[in-house]
Amino acid sequence: MPAAPDPLPDSIARLKAMASAAVDCRMLPFGIPALDGRLAGGGLRAGALHEVAGRSCSLSDDAAATLFLAGIAAREAQGSGRPALWVSSRVDLYAPGLAQAGLSAARVIHAQPRDDHALLAVVEDALRDGTPSAVVAEAGKVSMVATRRLQLAAAEADIPVLLLRRRRARDRDPFAEPSAAWTRWWIATAPSERLDVAGVGRPRWSVELARQRGGEPFSLIVEGCDETGRLAVPAAPRRRAAEAAGTARSAAA
Amino acid sequence: MPSREEVERQIASLPRHAQPPVRELGRRSEAAEHPFKRPAPAAPAEIGGAIDTLGHAPLALVGKVGRREEVVAACELARALGIHAGMAATHARALASELDFRPAEPEADAHLLDRLALLAVRRWSPVASATPPDGLWLDLTGCAHLHGGEEHFARRLRAFCRRAGFTARVAIADTPGAAHALARFAPADITLVAPGETARALSLLPVAALRLEGSALVAARRFGFETIGDLLPVARGPLARRLGLAAITRLDQALGSVAEPIVPREDVAMPLVERRLLEPIGTAEAIAQVMQDLVGDLVEVLQARGLGARSLRLIGLRVDGGEQVVAIGTSRPTREAAHLLRLLKLRIERIDPGMGLEQFRLAAPHTEPLDAVSFGTVLSGESIVHDPARLVDVVAGRIGERAVFRIAPVPSHVPERAVQRADPVEAPGDWPPWCRPVRLFLRPEPLWAVIALLPDQPPRRFEWRGTAHKVVAGDGPERIHGEWWRRDAEVWAVRDYFRVEDEEGGRFWVFRRGDGMHQDTGDLSWWIHGVFA
Repeated sequence: MPAAPDPLPDSIARLKAMASAAVDCRMLPFGIPALDGRLAGGGLRAGALHEVAGRSCSLSDDAAATLFLAGIAAREAQGSGRPALWVSSRVDLYAPGLAQAGLSAARVIHAQPRDDHALLAVVEDALRDGTPSAVVAEAGKVSMVATRRLQLAAAEADIPVLLLRRRRARDRDPFAEPSAAWTRWWIATAPSERLDVAGVGRPRWSVELARQRGGEPFSLIVEGCDETGRLAVPAAPRRRAAEAAGTARSAAA
Repeated sequence: MPSREEVERQIASLPRHAQPPVRELGRRSEAAEHPFKRPAPAAPAEIGGAIDTLGHAPLALVGKVGRREEVVAACELARALGIHAGMAATHARALASELDFRPAEPEADAHLLDRLALLAVRRWSPVASATPPDGLWLDLTGCAHLHGGEEHFARRLRAFCRRAGFTARVAIADTPGAAHALARFAPADITLVAPGETARALSLLPVAALRLEGSALVAARRFGFETIGDLLPVARGPLARRLGLAAITRLDQALGSVAEPIVPREDVAMPLVERRLLEPIGTAEAIAQVMQDLVGDLVEVLQARGLGARSLRLIGLRVDGGEQVVAIGTSRPTREAAHLLRLLKLRIERIDPGMGLEQFRLAAPHTEPLDAVSFGTVLSGESIVHDPARLVDVVAGRIGERAVFRIAPVPSHVPERAVQRADPVEAPGDWPPWCRPVRLFLRPEPLWAVIALLPDQPPRRFEWRGTAHKVVAGDGPERIHGEWWRRDAEVWAVRDYFRVEDEEGGRFWVFRRGDGMHQDTGDLSWWIHGVFA
């Protein structure tokens, strides 16, 4: 009597594929060589959890982080033709602003759960459903277990989960507790290039990758999302050459 | 002969509009009115008092009959004012200026009557139909005892209609025609006719009770037939020649010699499946298994009828006789078993099994037709638009229907009014491409120590939430005027919005109340309304 094939090696192989920075999984490139070249795999992994937080507790940094995520979700929604899901308990998100980062009203469905617990359940339900092109969630407290669940669900559904970590207190580091996220980003606003005429130039953000699996942390100054959600590298830095060159921060991990 | 005091007391107890004119009270000194003139309407002052007690103005419905606008129905108060159905609308308006005129909606009335008929089918008798424009027929044969006898049923029916806001008159007779006549023309609100007494009960009613055509009514008046009793002894042949054959048929239908079956309002049966269990169950896994079986059965039923479920109701019968009901809804009609099952499973925790559940029923109270849909021109390269209905159902099942939405544009310049929540399934339009922040505060927050040049320069510095910001660049102003049609306070109000950037690169949306030139456009105070990235 032939022995039944042992299912264990199969599932172990699957788990390994899920947990490793495999090169054959789908990637979301930013379209900027300076950014993609330093990310393992040449872009953000599609089926993974990515965490983003504002560098300081100021609302500007929070808005920059929001738009950074909106740009990623917008590019993904544009490519797949499916709507993105924006899950947030807050009420101050302004949809016309999102639409200017490429996430127009037709491309996003909003969900407003009462608390973080319901929020995580909604994100997981949406991933298991598989309809959204990307899930953006704004959460304060997310435990290690919850991030691991999200990471596994995202890997299974091959849908990016973009978690905006809110600060729960003024001087509390949202990335202090460990997380199973694939990448963790700090986003802050940076002074835009002064124009020759009066007015505000294209926004600039200081993007800092605090941690990534299978790669090194780095920081970079990019220009903010255009109306299709694409970032750009500041062209020909004339005055602030030092800022544009990336400096790795090995302390953040 | 009653004494004069008694007569006066009786008259005083009548409602105002029913009291006879003064002339009939015996004051011969006043000028007598023409005997065939319509009774004069009661004095408006008296009606005024009645308006206060009833709490609404006299109401009349106006509709188009043929080519003229006329009063179709009038409430009791309006009738007291002398308004009656069939009166020209302009005449009625001239008679009573405070009359509340509303357009008649015959379609809505017919729809409501149809719903009542459906209710009657479900609740009182399997054979029931609507008799437009204002009646219902119920076949009580074999049903009356279920409601405690005919008399009891008639009273209950009337009480039900009163609770539902209708004035109802009920008649129970041998034939539908007789009941129809008695309900409309009998003196009492509830008329019960014993079997075999139909002819006697009908004989006192006017001929109009027989549902006759207008010409037959005119002929009947001309030949001196006033009540149905006048028609009974007349030979059939001459009567048919005078009133028409249709009138004879109506008479026979009322008396029962010609059959008039009631065509019942059809109640489309709700798709329903059921499972009875050998032993009561109480665990979540077992309930999930039953749900799976039931959904499989129901999907087959829906498939056979070409329907998709918009809502499902699962009823579990407990051993102790209690019922556990959970319900789900979907945003589009569907009969996808896996999807319905997942939505139902979200509700398992709300079922209290108690000592165990022994029977389950799954019903689809709300269904819609669901047929094959065109797949579009996929082969020619058109991309498929994914339907988000499934996602919406899943999320709504978790956190409630109101918590899932799209944000749709509203045509308004005022930023906080430019957005509204909309149906999550339909894709809304887009906003005009004016520069807008990504975070907008619910209420603008005041800025302090602002230094700005009037009239239209962005601020040089400001303090917000205790921090000083030095502005290095600014765009603006974008002038937004108040919406004068909404509030008086916005008639002259102006906000001048600026996009400013501070030294650290934070970009803010600040505004100044007032245009800096005119005093009544605002007090020149500075506010922050949102944050750009």
